Amino acid sequence: MAAEPAVPVACSELTVSFGAVRAVDGVSFHLASGEVYGLLGPNGAGKTTTIRVLTTLIPAGSGRAAVFGHDVRREAMVVRHLIGYLPQQLSTDFALSGYENVWLFARLFDLPRRDREPRVREVLESMGLDDVRDRLAGTYSGGMIRRLELAQALVNRPALLILDEPTIGLDPLARSSVWEKVQELRRETGMTVLLTTHYMEEADVLCDRIALMHHGRFLAEGTPTSLKAALGPGTSLDDVFRHHVGAAIDDEEATPQGGRDVRRTRRTAQRLG
Amino acid sequence: MSAARVAPLSASAEPAGRTSVLPPWWRLYPSRIVTFWLVELRKIRHDRTELYTRAVQPVLWLVIFGETFSRIRAIPTPPGVTYLAYLAPGIMAQSALFIAIFFGIQIIWERDSGILTKLMATPTPRVALISGKAFAAGVRAVSQVVVILALSALLRIDIGWNPLHLLGAALMVVLGAAFFSCLSMTIAGLVLHRERLMGIGQAITMPLFFASNALYPVKVMPGWLQVVSAVNPMSYEVDGLRAMLIGTPSALWLDFGVLAAAVVAGIAAAALVLPRLAR
Repeated sequence: MAAEPAVPVACSELTVSFGAVRAVDGVSFHLASGEVYGLLGPNGAGKTTTIRVLTTLIPAGSGRAAVFGHDVRREAMVVRHLIGYLPQQLSTDFALSGYENVWLFARLFDLPRRDREPRVREVLESMGLDDVRDRLAGTYSGGMIRRLELAQALVNRPALLILDEPTIGLDPLARSSVWEKVQELRRETGMTVLLTTHYMEEADVLCDRIALMHHGRFLAEGTPTSLKAALGPGTSLDDVFRHHVGAAIDDEEATPQGGRDVRRTRRTAQRLG
Repeated sequence: MSAARVAPLSASAEPAGRTSVLPPWWRLYPSRIVTFWLVELRKIRHDRTELYTRAVQPVLWLVIFGETFSRIRAIPTPPGVTYLAYLAPGIMAQSALFIAIFFGIQIIWERDSGILTKLMATPTPRVALISGKAFAAGVRAVSQVVVILALSALLRIDIGWNPLHLLGAALMVVLGAAFFSCLSMTIAGLVLHRERLMGIGQAITMPLFFASNALYPVKVMPGWLQVVSAVNPMSYEVDGLRAMLIGTPSALWLDFGVLAAAVVAGIAAAALVLPRLAR
Protein backbone atom coordinates (compact mmCIF):
# COMPACT_ATOMS: atom_id res chain seq x y z
CA MET A 1 0.00 0.00 0.00
CA ALA A 2 2.79 2.37 0.95
CA ALA A 3 4.45 2.14 -2.46
CA GLU A 4 1.39 3.53 -4.26
CA PRO A 5 0.98 7.27 -4.51
CA ALA A 6 -1.29 8.37 -1.68
CA VAL A 7 -4.77 9.05 -3.02
CA PRO A 8 -7.01 11.46 -1.07
CA VAL A 9 -9.32 8.67 0.06
CA ALA A 10 -8.91 4.91 -0.14
CA CYS A 11 -11.43 2.56 1.44
CA SER A 12 -11.35 -1.19 1.09
CA GLU A 13 -14.00 -3.57 2.34
CA LEU A 14 -15.16 -1.01 4.88
CA THR A 15 -17.80 -2.35 7.27
CA VAL A 16 -19.49 -0.59 10.18
CA SER A 17 -22.22 -2.14 12.29
CA PHE A 18 -24.51 -0.62 14.88
CA GLY A 19 -25.86 -3.56 16.82
CA ALA A 20 -27.51 -5.82 14.29
CA VAL A 21 -27.63 -3.13 11.60
CA ARG A 22 -24.84 -3.07 9.04
CA ALA A 23 -24.71 0.63 8.27
CA VAL A 24 -21.79 0.21 5.90
CA ASP A 25 -21.37 -3.21 4.37
CA GLY A 26 -18.09 -3.94 2.61
CA VAL A 27 -17.60 -0.71 0.70
CA SER A 28 -14.48 -0.13 -1.41
CA PHE A 29 -13.73 3.06 -3.30
CA HIS A 30 -11.06 5.66 -3.83
CA LEU A 31 -10.92 9.30 -4.75
CA ALA A 32 -8.57 10.73 -7.37
CA SER A 33 -6.73 13.90 -6.60
CA GLY A 34 -8.77 17.01 -7.39
CA GLU A 35 -12.08 15.33 -8.13
CA VAL A 36 -15.48 15.98 -6.60
CA TYR A 37 -16.91 12.63 -5.53
CA GLY A 38 -20.49 12.25 -4.41
CA LEU A 39 -22.00 9.59 -2.21
CA LEU A 40 -25.62 9.45 -3.22
CA GLY A 41 -28.42 7.60 -1.57
CA PRO A 42 -31.58 7.70 0.53
CA ASN A 43 -31.65 8.34 4.28
CA GLY A 44 -29.92 5.53 6.11
CA ALA A 45 -27.93 4.34 3.09
CA GLY A 46 -24.69 4.57 5.07
CA LYS A 47 -23.33 7.79 3.57
CA THR A 48 -22.90 9.64 6.85
CA THR A 49 -21.46 6.59 8.57
CA THR A 50 -18.83 6.29 5.83
CA ILE A 51 -17.99 9.95 6.34
CA ARG A 52 -17.77 9.49 10.11
CA VAL A 53 -15.18 6.78 9.64
CA LEU A 54 -13.16 8.97 7.29
CA THR A 55 -13.31 11.93 9.70
CA THR A 56 -11.97 9.61 12.47
CA LEU A 57 -15.16 10.02 14.54
CA ILE A 58 -16.09 6.36 14.69
CA PRO A 59 -14.00 3.21 14.22
CA ALA A 60 -14.57 0.91 11.30
CA GLY A 61 -15.74 -2.56 12.23
CA SER A 62 -13.51 -4.11 9.60
CA GLY A 63 -11.75 -3.14 6.41
CA ARG A 64 -9.52 -0.15 6.12
CA ALA A 65 -9.81 3.52 5.33
CA ALA A 66 -6.96 5.90 4.63
CA VAL A 67 -6.73 9.60 3.85
CA PHE A 68 -3.65 10.51 1.80
CA GLY A 69 -2.22 7.18 2.83
CA HIS A 70 -2.73 7.79 6.54
CA ASP A 71 -4.82 5.21 8.34
CA VAL A 72 -7.85 6.92 9.90
CA ARG A 73 -7.49 4.91 13.08
CA ARG A 74 -3.77 4.79 13.77
CA GLU A 75 -2.97 8.25 12.44
CA ALA A 76 -6.18 10.02 13.39
CA MET A 77 -4.46 13.29 14.34
CA VAL A 78 -2.66 13.51 10.98
CA VAL A 79 -5.88 12.76 9.11
CA ARG A 80 -7.81 15.39 11.06
CA HIS A 81 -5.15 17.90 10.20
CA LEU A 82 -5.61 17.24 6.48
CA ILE A 83 -9.38 17.45 6.23
CA GLY A 84 -12.00 20.13 6.36
CA TYR A 85 -15.34 18.77 7.51
CA LEU A 86 -18.84 20.12 7.26
CA PRO A 87 -21.27 17.93 9.19
CA GLN A 88 -24.89 17.40 8.25
CA GLN A 89 -26.20 19.58 11.04
CA LEU A 90 -25.81 23.33 11.21
CA SER A 91 -22.98 23.36 13.64
CA THR A 92 -21.83 26.90 14.16
CA ASP A 93 -21.84 28.28 17.65
CA PHE A 94 -24.67 30.79 17.73
CA ALA A 95 -23.23 32.50 20.80
CA LEU A 96 -20.13 33.56 18.84
CA SER A 97 -19.75 35.99 15.97
CA GLY A 98 -19.00 34.77 12.46
CA TYR A 99 -15.41 35.88 12.83
CA GLU A 100 -14.98 34.14 16.18
CA ASN A 101 -16.45 30.91 14.81
CA VAL A 102 -13.79 30.78 12.11
CA TRP A 103 -11.06 32.06 14.42
CA LEU A 104 -11.77 29.15 16.78
CA PHE A 105 -11.02 26.70 13.98
CA ALA A 106 -7.93 28.63 12.93
CA ARG A 107 -6.65 28.03 16.46
CA LEU A 108 -7.73 24.40 16.58
CA PHE A 109 -5.78 23.79 13.37
CA ASP A 110 -2.69 25.45 14.83
CA LEU A 111 -2.36 28.18 12.24
CA PRO A 112 0.64 30.30 13.15
CA ARG A 113 -0.39 33.43 15.00
CA ARG A 114 0.65 35.84 12.24
CA ASP A 115 -1.38 33.93 9.64
CA ARG A 116 -4.50 33.60 11.72
CA GLU A 117 -6.21 36.93 11.23
CA PRO A 118 -5.45 37.35 7.52
CA ARG A 119 -6.56 33.80 6.83
CA VAL A 120 -9.80 34.12 8.78
CA ARG A 121 -10.60 37.29 6.87
CA GLU A 122 -9.64 35.69 3.59
CA VAL A 123 -12.02 32.74 3.97
CA LEU A 124 -14.82 34.94 5.30
CA GLU A 125 -14.39 37.20 2.30
CA SER A 126 -14.32 34.31 -0.14
CA MET A 127 -17.59 33.09 1.36
CA GLY A 128 -19.13 36.55 1.05
CA LEU A 129 -19.45 37.03 4.80
CA ASP A 130 -17.03 39.89 5.25
CA ASP A 131 -19.73 42.48 5.97
CA VAL A 132 -21.41 40.42 8.66
CA ARG A 133 -18.37 38.92 10.34
CA ASP A 134 -18.93 40.71 13.65
CA ARG A 135 -22.57 39.73 13.97
CA LEU A 136 -23.51 36.76 16.14
CA ALA A 137 -23.88 33.64 14.01
CA GLY A 138 -27.32 33.20 15.56
CA THR A 139 -28.55 36.13 13.49
CA TYR A 140 -27.42 34.57 10.16
CA SER A 141 -29.75 33.08 7.58
CA GLY A 142 -29.50 29.37 6.77
CA GLY A 143 -27.42 29.93 3.64
CA MET A 144 -25.09 32.30 5.49
CA ILE A 145 -24.58 29.74 8.27
CA ARG A 146 -23.71 27.08 5.74
CA ARG A 147 -21.21 29.40 4.08
CA LEU A 148 -19.79 30.26 7.49
CA GLU A 149 -19.31 26.56 8.10
CA LEU A 150 -17.56 26.25 4.76
CA ALA A 151 -15.28 29.08 5.89
CA GLN A 152 -14.56 27.14 9.09
CA ALA A 153 -13.80 23.99 7.12
CA LEU A 154 -11.53 25.88 4.72
CA VAL A 155 -9.51 27.96 7.16
CA ASN A 156 -6.84 25.26 7.33
CA ARG A 157 -6.66 24.99 3.53
CA PRO A 158 -7.55 21.32 3.77
CA ALA A 159 -6.23 18.90 1.19
CA LEU A 160 -9.56 17.10 1.34
CA LEU A 161 -12.90 18.76 1.94
CA ILE A 162 -15.67 16.53 3.30
CA LEU A 163 -19.22 17.84 3.00
CA ASP A 164 -22.03 15.86 4.57
CA GLU A 165 -25.34 16.95 3.02
CA PRO A 166 -24.08 20.50 2.47
CA THR A 167 -27.43 21.89 1.39
CA ILE A 168 -29.86 19.95 3.56
CA GLY A 169 -32.73 22.07 4.84
CA LEU A 170 -31.75 25.11 2.78
CA ASP A 171 -34.13 27.03 0.56
CA PRO A 172 -33.39 26.87 -3.21
CA LEU A 173 -31.66 30.25 -3.23
CA ALA A 174 -29.35 29.38 -0.36
CA ARG A 175 -28.73 25.99 -1.90
CA SER A 176 -27.54 27.45 -5.16
CA SER A 177 -25.29 29.87 -3.29
CA VAL A 178 -23.60 26.93 -1.57
CA TRP A 179 -23.24 25.15 -4.91
CA GLU A 180 -21.66 28.26 -6.38
CA LYS A 181 -19.12 28.39 -3.57
CA VAL A 182 -18.18 24.75 -3.92
CA GLN A 183 -17.73 25.16 -7.66
CA GLU A 184 -15.65 28.31 -7.19
CA LEU A 185 -13.46 26.42 -4.77
CA ARG A 186 -12.69 23.62 -7.12
CA ARG A 187 -12.11 26.02 -10.01
CA GLU A 188 -9.61 27.98 -8.00
CA THR A 189 -7.95 25.41 -5.79
CA GLY A 190 -8.41 22.04 -7.39
CA MET A 191 -9.22 20.76 -3.94
CA THR A 192 -10.49 17.21 -3.62
CA VAL A 193 -14.08 17.12 -2.37
CA LEU A 194 -16.06 14.23 -0.96
CA LEU A 195 -19.74 15.03 -0.48
CA THR A 196 -22.92 13.21 0.38
CA THR A 197 -26.32 14.21 -0.82
CA HIS A 198 -29.72 12.82 -1.54
CA TYR A 199 -30.52 15.53 -4.07
CA MET A 200 -29.96 14.04 -7.53
CA GLU A 201 -29.72 17.46 -9.08
CA GLU A 202 -26.98 18.45 -6.69
CA ALA A 203 -24.93 15.39 -7.54
CA ASP A 204 -25.41 16.03 -11.24
CA VAL A 205 -24.28 19.64 -11.01
CA LEU A 206 -21.37 19.24 -8.61
CA CYS A 207 -19.80 15.82 -8.93
CA ASP A 208 -17.22 14.37 -11.30
CA ARG A 209 -18.05 10.90 -10.11
CA ILE A 210 -20.83 9.54 -7.97
CA ALA A 211 -21.54 6.34 -6.13
CA LEU A 212 -25.10 5.20 -5.52
CA MET A 213 -25.35 3.83 -2.02
CA HIS A 214 -28.15 1.75 -0.55
CA HIS A 215 -28.32 -0.43 2.57
CA GLY A 216 -24.64 0.21 3.20
CA ARG A 217 -23.55 -1.01 -0.23
CA PHE A 218 -22.47 0.57 -3.48
CA LEU A 219 -24.99 -0.18 -6.24
CA ALA A 220 -23.26 1.76 -9.01
CA GLU A 221 -20.31 4.06 -9.45
CA GLY A 222 -19.30 6.32 -12.32
CA THR A 223 -19.61 9.77 -13.85
CA PRO A 224 -23.15 11.16 -13.88
CA THR A 225 -23.00 11.09 -17.69
CA SER A 226 -21.95 7.46 -17.94
CA LEU A 227 -24.54 6.34 -15.39
CA LYS A 228 -27.26 8.14 -17.32
CA ALA A 229 -26.02 6.91 -20.70
CA ALA A 230 -26.13 3.31 -19.49
CA LEU A 231 -29.90 3.57 -19.21
CA GLY A 232 -30.35 5.08 -22.65
CA PRO A 233 -30.92 8.60 -23.97
CA GLY A 234 -33.01 11.13 -22.13
CA THR A 235 -32.60 9.64 -18.67
CA SER A 236 -32.05 11.83 -15.66
CA LEU A 237 -30.06 10.94 -12.57
CA ASP A 238 -33.41 10.48 -10.87
CA ASP A 239 -34.15 7.63 -13.29
CA VAL A 240 -30.76 6.11 -12.64
CA PHE A 241 -31.43 6.25 -8.94
CA ARG A 242 -34.85 4.69 -9.28
CA HIS A 243 -33.48 2.02 -11.56
CA HIS A 244 -30.82 0.93 -9.08
CA VAL A 245 -32.57 1.43 -5.81
CA GLY A 246 -36.07 0.51 -6.92
CA ALA A 247 -39.03 0.21 -4.63
CA ALA A 248 -36.94 -0.75 -1.60
CA ILE A 249 -36.73 2.92 -0.72
CA ASP A 250 -40.08 2.80 1.09
CA ASP A 251 -38.70 0.54 3.80
CA GLU A 252 -35.86 2.88 4.56
CA GLU A 253 -37.51 5.00 7.21
CA ALA A 254 -38.10 1.93 9.33
CA THR A 255 -34.39 1.24 9.91
CA PRO A 256 -32.88 2.80 13.02
CA GLN A 257 -30.28 4.62 10.92
CA GLY A 258 -32.96 6.11 8.73
CA GLY A 259 -34.91 7.33 11.72
CA ARG A 260 -31.84 9.01 13.10
CA ASP A 261 -31.12 10.69 9.81
CA VAL A 262 -34.61 12.06 9.63
CA ARG A 263 -34.41 13.36 13.19
CA ARG A 264 -31.13 15.04 12.40
CA THR A 265 -32.58 16.65 9.31
CA ARG A 266 -35.56 17.94 11.26
CA ARG A 267 -33.28 19.35 13.91
CA THR A 268 -31.31 21.18 11.26
CA ALA A 269 -34.50 22.55 9.81
CA GLN A 270 -35.57 23.68 13.26
CA ARG A 271 -32.32 25.51 13.85
CA LEU A 272 -32.83 27.28 10.56
CA GLY A 273 -36.18 28.54 11.84
CA MET B 1 -21.26 36.79 -5.87
CA SER B 2 -18.94 36.89 -8.81
CA ALA B 3 -15.95 34.66 -8.82
CA ALA B 4 -13.68 37.61 -9.59
CA ARG B 5 -13.65 39.10 -6.09
CA VAL B 6 -13.02 35.81 -4.40
CA ALA B 7 -9.70 35.77 -2.68
CA PRO B 8 -7.47 33.04 -4.01
CA LEU B 9 -7.29 30.02 -1.75
CA SER B 10 -4.09 28.40 -2.81
CA ALA B 11 -4.62 25.02 -1.30
CA SER B 12 -2.75 22.32 -3.08
CA ALA B 13 -4.29 18.97 -3.79
CA GLU B 14 -1.46 17.29 -1.92
CA PRO B 15 -0.63 17.69 1.74
CA ALA B 16 2.69 19.26 0.77
CA GLY B 17 3.21 23.00 1.08
CA ARG B 18 0.89 23.44 4.02
CA THR B 19 1.31 26.31 6.40
CA SER B 20 0.28 24.72 9.66
CA VAL B 21 1.86 21.75 11.32
CA LEU B 22 0.80 19.62 14.23
CA PRO B 23 2.63 20.94 17.30
CA PRO B 24 4.23 18.62 19.84
CA TRP B 25 1.88 17.55 22.64
CA TRP B 26 3.39 19.86 25.24
CA ARG B 27 2.47 22.82 23.06
CA LEU B 28 -0.78 21.40 21.75
CA TYR B 29 -2.50 20.75 25.08
CA PRO B 30 -1.94 24.20 26.62
CA SER B 31 -2.85 25.79 23.28
CA ARG B 32 -6.20 23.96 23.18
CA ILE B 33 -6.99 24.85 26.78
CA VAL B 34 -6.26 28.52 26.11
CA THR B 35 -8.43 28.35 22.99
CA PHE B 36 -11.50 27.08 24.83
CA TRP B 37 -10.80 29.53 27.58
CA LEU B 38 -10.74 32.46 25.16
CA VAL B 39 -13.91 31.22 23.49
CA GLU B 40 -15.64 31.12 26.88
CA LEU B 41 -14.54 34.68 27.60
CA ARG B 42 -15.95 35.79 24.24
CA LYS B 43 -19.24 34.09 25.01
CA ILE B 44 -19.43 35.77 28.39
CA ARG B 45 -18.74 39.08 26.72
CA HIS B 46 -21.52 38.56 24.18
CA ASP B 47 -24.10 37.54 26.74
CA ARG B 48 -23.72 38.75 30.29
CA THR B 49 -27.16 37.71 31.52
CA GLU B 50 -25.82 34.53 33.08
CA LEU B 51 -23.30 36.54 35.06
CA TYR B 52 -26.07 38.65 36.54
CA THR B 53 -28.57 35.89 37.21
CA ARG B 54 -25.89 33.70 38.73
CA ALA B 55 -25.11 36.47 41.19
CA VAL B 56 -28.57 36.26 42.73
CA GLN B 57 -28.12 32.98 44.60
CA PRO B 58 -24.95 33.86 46.52
CA VAL B 59 -26.60 37.12 47.54
CA LEU B 60 -29.56 35.19 48.96
CA TRP B 61 -27.32 32.72 50.77
CA LEU B 62 -25.16 35.37 52.34
CA VAL B 63 -27.74 38.06 53.03
CA ILE B 64 -30.69 35.91 54.16
CA PHE B 65 -29.31 32.55 55.27
CA GLY B 66 -26.02 33.97 56.53
CA GLU B 67 -27.46 36.92 58.41
CA THR B 68 -30.16 34.77 60.02
CA PHE B 69 -27.83 32.01 61.12
CA SER B 70 -25.41 34.62 62.46
CA ARG B 71 -28.19 35.68 64.81
CA ILE B 72 -29.09 32.16 65.90
CA ARG B 73 -25.45 31.35 66.63
CA ALA B 74 -26.30 27.70 66.05
CA ILE B 75 -23.17 26.89 64.11
CA PRO B 76 -19.84 26.88 65.90
CA THR B 77 -17.17 28.86 64.10
CA PRO B 78 -13.45 29.09 64.81
CA PRO B 79 -12.59 31.69 67.45
CA GLY B 80 -12.71 35.25 66.16
CA VAL B 81 -14.49 34.33 62.92
CA THR B 82 -18.04 35.53 62.33
CA TYR B 83 -20.47 33.10 60.73
CA LEU B 84 -20.74 35.31 57.64
CA ALA B 85 -16.99 35.19 57.13
CA TYR B 86 -17.10 31.44 57.71
CA LEU B 87 -19.93 31.07 55.20
CA ALA B 88 -18.53 33.25 52.38
CA PRO B 89 -15.87 30.73 51.15
CA GLY B 90 -18.49 27.96 51.34
CA ILE B 91 -20.87 29.91 49.16
CA MET B 92 -18.03 30.68 46.77
CA ALA B 93 -17.43 26.96 46.28
CA GLN B 94 -21.15 26.26 46.09
CA SER B 95 -21.89 28.76 43.36
CA ALA B 96 -18.96 27.47 41.34
CA LEU B 97 -20.38 23.97 41.79
CA PHE B 98 -23.77 25.08 40.51
CA ILE B 99 -22.21 26.53 37.37
CA ALA B 100 -19.97 23.55 36.71
CA ILE B 101 -22.52 20.81 37.29
CA PHE B 102 -24.56 21.95 34.32
CA PHE B 103 -21.63 21.99 31.90
CA GLY B 104 -22.62 18.52 30.80
CA ILE B 105 -25.80 20.05 29.43
CA GLN B 106 -23.70 22.32 27.27
CA ILE B 107 -21.78 19.37 25.86
CA ILE B 108 -25.02 17.52 25.11
CA TRP B 109 -26.34 20.61 23.41
CA GLU B 110 -23.14 20.83 21.39
CA ARG B 111 -23.56 17.19 20.50
CA ASP B 112 -27.16 17.63 19.36
CA SER B 113 -26.24 20.66 17.28
CA GLY B 114 -23.25 18.97 15.63
CA ILE B 115 -20.69 21.34 17.12
CA LEU B 116 -19.07 18.57 19.13
CA THR B 117 -18.68 16.33 16.07
CA LYS B 118 -16.95 19.12 14.26
CA LEU B 119 -14.64 19.87 17.19
CA MET B 120 -13.77 16.20 17.45
CA ALA B 121 -12.85 16.09 13.78
CA THR B 122 -10.21 18.79 14.37
CA PRO B 123 -6.73 17.81 15.55
CA THR B 124 -7.80 18.03 19.17
CA PRO B 125 -7.21 14.96 21.33
CA ARG B 126 -10.19 13.98 23.52
CA VAL B 127 -8.27 14.80 26.68
CA ALA B 128 -7.41 18.26 25.36
CA LEU B 129 -11.03 18.89 24.40
CA ILE B 130 -12.28 17.91 27.85
CA SER B 131 -9.55 19.87 29.61
CA GLY B 132 -10.45 22.89 27.52
CA LYS B 133 -14.10 22.62 28.48
CA ALA B 134 -13.25 21.99 32.13
CA PHE B 135 -11.13 25.09 32.41
CA ALA B 136 -13.75 27.06 30.51
CA ALA B 137 -16.07 26.15 33.39
CA GLY B 138 -13.32 27.49 35.65
CA VAL B 139 -13.42 30.82 33.84
CA ARG B 140 -17.13 31.16 34.46
CA ALA B 141 -16.67 30.14 38.08
CA VAL B 142 -14.08 32.85 38.64
CA SER B 143 -16.80 35.38 37.88
CA GLN B 144 -18.54 34.05 41.01
CA VAL B 145 -15.40 34.67 43.04
CA VAL B 146 -15.54 38.27 41.96
CA VAL B 147 -19.23 38.55 42.84
CA ILE B 148 -18.73 37.10 46.33
CA LEU B 149 -15.68 39.21 47.02
CA ALA B 150 -17.62 42.31 46.01
CA LEU B 151 -20.51 41.24 48.19
CA SER B 152 -18.16 40.59 51.09
CA ALA B 153 -16.76 44.09 50.77
CA LEU B 154 -20.28 45.48 50.66
CA LEU B 155 -21.46 43.54 53.72
CA ARG B 156 -18.17 44.29 55.50
CA ILE B 157 -17.49 40.61 55.92
CA ASP B 158 -14.11 40.16 57.53
CA ILE B 159 -12.06 38.29 54.94
CA GLY B 160 -8.38 38.76 54.21
CA TRP B 161 -7.55 40.81 51.14
CA ASN B 162 -4.03 39.56 50.54
CA PRO B 163 -3.78 39.51 46.72
CA LEU B 164 -1.76 36.31 46.78
CA HIS B 165 -4.44 34.62 48.84
CA LEU B 166 -7.16 35.90 46.53
CA LEU B 167 -5.26 34.46 43.59
CA GLY B 168 -4.93 31.17 45.40
CA ALA B 169 -8.66 31.21 46.11
CA ALA B 170 -9.41 31.81 42.43
CA LEU B 171 -7.18 28.86 41.51
CA MET B 172 -8.97 26.71 44.04
CA VAL B 173 -12.34 27.62 42.55
CA VAL B 174 -11.05 26.94 39.02
CA LEU B 175 -9.91 23.47 40.08
CA GLY B 176 -13.21 22.81 41.82
CA ALA B 177 -15.24 23.93 38.81
CA ALA B 178 -13.00 21.90 36.49
CA PHE B 179 -13.63 18.77 38.54
CA PHE B 180 -17.38 19.19 38.83
CA SER B 181 -17.75 20.04 35.14
CA CYS B 182 -15.86 16.82 34.33
CA LEU B 183 -18.20 14.93 36.63
CA SER B 184 -21.11 16.47 34.76
CA MET B 185 -19.61 15.75 31.33
CA THR B 186 -18.92 12.16 32.37
CA ILE B 187 -22.54 11.71 33.36
CA ALA B 188 -23.52 13.39 30.08
CA GLY B 189 -21.46 10.82 28.19
CA LEU B 190 -23.22 8.03 30.05
CA VAL B 191 -26.84 9.19 29.90
CA LEU B 192 -26.63 11.03 26.53
CA HIS B 193 -29.90 12.94 27.04
CA ARG B 194 -30.40 16.41 28.34
CA GLU B 195 -33.49 15.62 30.39
CA ARG B 196 -31.85 12.75 32.23
CA LEU B 197 -28.78 14.83 32.90
CA MET B 198 -30.92 17.66 34.28
CA GLY B 199 -32.52 15.22 36.69
CA ILE B 200 -29.23 13.75 37.82
CA GLY B 201 -27.68 17.21 38.06
CA GLN B 202 -30.48 18.35 40.33
CA ALA B 203 -30.22 15.16 42.36
CA ILE B 204 -26.50 15.38 43.06
CA THR B 205 -25.79 19.08 43.53
CA MET B 206 -27.57 19.45 46.86
CA PRO B 207 -26.02 16.31 48.40
CA LEU B 208 -22.58 17.45 47.23
CA PHE B 209 -23.25 20.80 48.87
CA PHE B 210 -24.79 19.59 52.13
CA ALA B 211 -22.36 16.70 52.56
CA SER B 212 -19.51 19.18 52.70
CA ASN B 213 -18.21 21.73 55.15
CA ALA B 214 -19.65 24.62 53.11
CA LEU B 215 -22.32 25.58 55.64
CA TYR B 216 -21.09 23.99 58.86
CA PRO B 217 -17.90 22.46 60.22
CA VAL B 218 -17.35 18.74 59.71
CA LYS B 219 -17.23 18.08 63.44
CA VAL B 220 -20.94 18.89 63.97
CA MET B 221 -21.94 16.30 61.34
CA PRO B 222 -23.10 12.79 62.25
CA GLY B 223 -20.39 10.19 61.78
CA TRP B 224 -21.61 8.76 58.51
CA LEU B 225 -21.84 12.22 56.99
CA GLN B 226 -18.29 12.96 58.09
CA VAL B 227 -17.20 9.97 56.02
CA VAL B 228 -19.07 11.28 52.98
CA SER B 229 -17.61 14.71 53.52
CA ALA B 230 -14.09 13.25 53.66
CA VAL B 231 -14.43 11.86 50.12
CA ASN B 232 -16.25 14.90 48.76
CA PRO B 233 -13.84 17.13 46.80
CA MET B 234 -16.11 20.03 47.69
CA SER B 235 -14.95 19.83 51.31
CA TYR B 236 -11.31 20.18 50.29
CA GLU B 237 -12.18 23.12 48.08
CA VAL B 238 -13.99 24.90 50.91
CA ASP B 239 -11.24 24.04 53.37
CA GLY B 240 -8.61 25.55 51.09
CA LEU B 241 -10.73 28.64 50.42
CA ARG B 242 -11.22 29.22 54.15
CA ALA B 243 -7.51 28.86 54.75
CA MET B 244 -6.76 31.56 52.23
CA LEU B 245 -9.67 33.94 52.78
CA ILE B 246 -10.21 33.84 56.54
CA GLY B 247 -7.00 32.17 57.68
CA THR B 248 -8.47 29.12 59.39
CA PRO B 249 -5.94 26.39 60.03
CA SER B 250 -6.11 23.72 57.32
CA ALA B 251 -4.03 21.34 55.30
CA LEU B 252 -3.72 23.61 52.29
CA TRP B 253 -1.38 21.38 50.31
CA LEU B 254 -3.58 18.40 50.92
CA ASP B 255 -6.55 20.46 49.71
CA PHE B 256 -4.76 21.45 46.50
CA GLY B 257 -3.43 17.93 46.06
CA VAL B 258 -6.81 16.25 46.43
CA LEU B 259 -8.46 18.72 44.06
CA ALA B 260 -5.72 18.43 41.44
CA ALA B 261 -5.92 14.63 41.59
CA ALA B 262 -9.71 14.83 41.33
CA VAL B 263 -9.40 17.04 38.23
CA VAL B 264 -6.99 14.60 36.57
CA ALA B 265 -9.30 11.68 37.33
CA GLY B 266 -12.32 13.68 36.14
CA ILE B 267 -10.69 14.61 32.84
CA ALA B 268 -9.68 11.01 32.25
CA ALA B 269 -13.19 9.73 32.98
CA ALA B 270 -14.90 12.33 30.78
CA ALA B 271 -12.44 11.77 27.93
CA LEU B 272 -13.12 8.06 28.17
CA VAL B 273 -16.87 8.42 27.62
CA LEU B 274 -16.58 11.28 25.11
CA PRO B 275 -16.56 9.01 22.02
CA ARG B 276 -20.05 7.87 23.07
CA LEU B 277 -21.22 11.38 22.34
CA ALA B 278 -19.68 11.31 18.85
CA ARG B 279 -21.70 8.49 17.39
